[in-house]
Amino acid sequence: MSDLSVQIGPLTLANPLMAASGCFGYGVEYAGAVDLSTLGAVVSKGLFLKPREGHPPERIVETPSGMLNAIGLQGIGVHRYIAEKLPELRERRATNVINICGSTLDEYVELARILSDADGVHALELNISCPNIKEGGITFGCSLNGTFDVVSAVRKVTHLPVIPKLTPNVTDVASFARASEEAGADAVSLVNTFLAMAIDVETRRPKLSNVVGGLSGPAIRPIAVRMVYECQRAVKIPVIGMGGIASARDVLEFLIAGATAVQIGTANFVDPFIWSKVLNGIRDYLQRHDVARVADLVGTIDTSSREKQWTSS
Amino acid sequence: MPVDVEARVIRNTRLSSDYNVIALAAPEIAGAVEPGQFVMVKPGRGTDPLLRRPFSVFEVLRREGRVEGLTLLSKRIGAVTGLLFDVVEGDVVSCLGPLGRPFNLVDPPAEAWMVAGGVGLAPFATLAESLVARGTKTTLFYGARSGAELFYLDWFESRGIRLVLSTEDGSRGERGRVTVPLERELRRAGSADLESADIKVFACGPEPMLEAVSQLAAKYGKRSEVSVERVMGCGMGGCYSCVIPVRDAGGGHHYVRSCISGPVFAGADLAWD
Repeated sequence: MSDLSVQIGPLTLANPLMAASGCFGYGVEYAGAVDLSTLGAVVSKGLFLKPREGHPPERIVETPSGMLNAIGLQGIGVHRYIAEKLPELRERRATNVINICGSTLDEYVELARILSDADGVHALELNISCPNIKEGGITFGCSLNGTFDVVSAVRKVTHLPVIPKLTPNVTDVASFARASEEAGADAVSLVNTFLAMAIDVETRRPKLSNVVGGLSGPAIRPIAVRMVYECQRAVKIPVIGMGGIASARDVLEFLIAGATAVQIGTANFVDPFIWSKVLNGIRDYLQRHDVARVADLVGTIDTSSREKQWTSS
Repeated sequence: MPVDVEARVIRNTRLSSDYNVIALAAPEIAGAVEPGQFVMVKPGRGTDPLLRRPFSVFEVLRREGRVEGLTLLSKRIGAVTGLLFDVVEGDVVSCLGPLGRPFNLVDPPAEAWMVAGGVGLAPFATLAESLVARGTKTTLFYGARSGAELFYLDWFESRGIRLVLSTEDGSRGERGRVTVPLERELRRAGSADLESADIKVFACGPEPMLEAVSQLAAKYGKRSEVSVERVMGCGMGGCYSCVIPVRDAGGGHHYVRSCISGPVFAGADLAWD
């Protein structure tokens, strides 16, 4: 039997599959479809201190092999999350990574403090990359100093693993991974969605109420793989990869590129029963390639004959 | 708990150049579905189109006493409904369900008035069967663009459903919108003796129609339930795309996910904006 467990800083995940933030509700919505304890982790929908209404519809639109979303981080806020969702998640023995969002540095710190005292929280993912709200964390995520400051500030107030979630909407994502590492992050996760838009040519109106939104799904996968590859070369902390993963093959591609774990988002919308299928596919692969531990695959990309063609930093 | 069935297409019946009825071998879902619930459907396995689409379950198919499958009423509008228009017997369509909150039925002596606009007929075949089984007197107000787009009239009539038809071009039934005969009959029922006046209105169709029906029902003191259709990503409450505003106690509104809080809502609860 292969060992599927992976290590994210001090946190051991039963397997490398995490449900991506914003794509799995608060987790409890899917408890009827999947045994939450069998996932590597459940990443909560992004939480602010206070409840938020989000954007008016239309909030999503399908694009070739992908989708745009501009939900606007509708959510119940951290206090209701702890009171209403966390007890059930604890009971179902989920590994809970809480995605936190702030408009200010103080708000991230306050959220980290509150969640550090809550029972059943296993790690914090810092949302500094949502492209859809002006007042949110993207202002931190698009500045190296901002990224460093928010990660350091949260690091100081929590014992929990800290995982900044990086935006791909920057020139050099690896430098943001380095800034995160220097600030004390336990891991980085990437990529959040690509800022994008779609227009109805008949009406000449944007298809999303927010005009622009974030692109996810298989369409972005090759870019995400490249960015994960760049980041794992730049830092020693684990990289959690995501972007268009829809099969075991896709997971393996990210692991080989250097991801220690992965998140599945959009594909869960299409198939809420995807998790066991992907895990079985990974087991088959490990057996076929005689690999004892899934962790042994991480970063095993062989560029020996192609290194010359790699021109980026 | 919903199940995902790789459902074989039993047959694809084209009703017009846009409308079709697809029969799917999904007995696990068909045997569990309640009137008003829906399924998330994806023809083919590729990534384009990527997401499933929501469809009300139209009919539950039975053969020799056993549940054989279900049908979907589809109107060709976009990529997915285009593919569904072209499926042939033996094709496979992924079908996830049953999902969402069903209609709340009514028993005699209350009457049920179903109001359908166009493809909004979809949830009313299963609802009509359940109502008829309870002995509830049922009427279908059914509006479409033209008489050629009024479907399954014999199906409903043969089950004892009273039909009130309207078409925008006047080619069948009354000319104009379905809300015109609805209001006339609501007014008449309001002035009749109390015994026959307990009526619950069920509606499915374009949102402006649902708003008008909800307001008419409220105006004449009747309960209403409407089945809404919003752009939906997952059907499971995961994506928060299909939200609809519902009224707060304080006079404002807040968004709820129509996939898990609906698709059926009390007409009085929705904040039409």
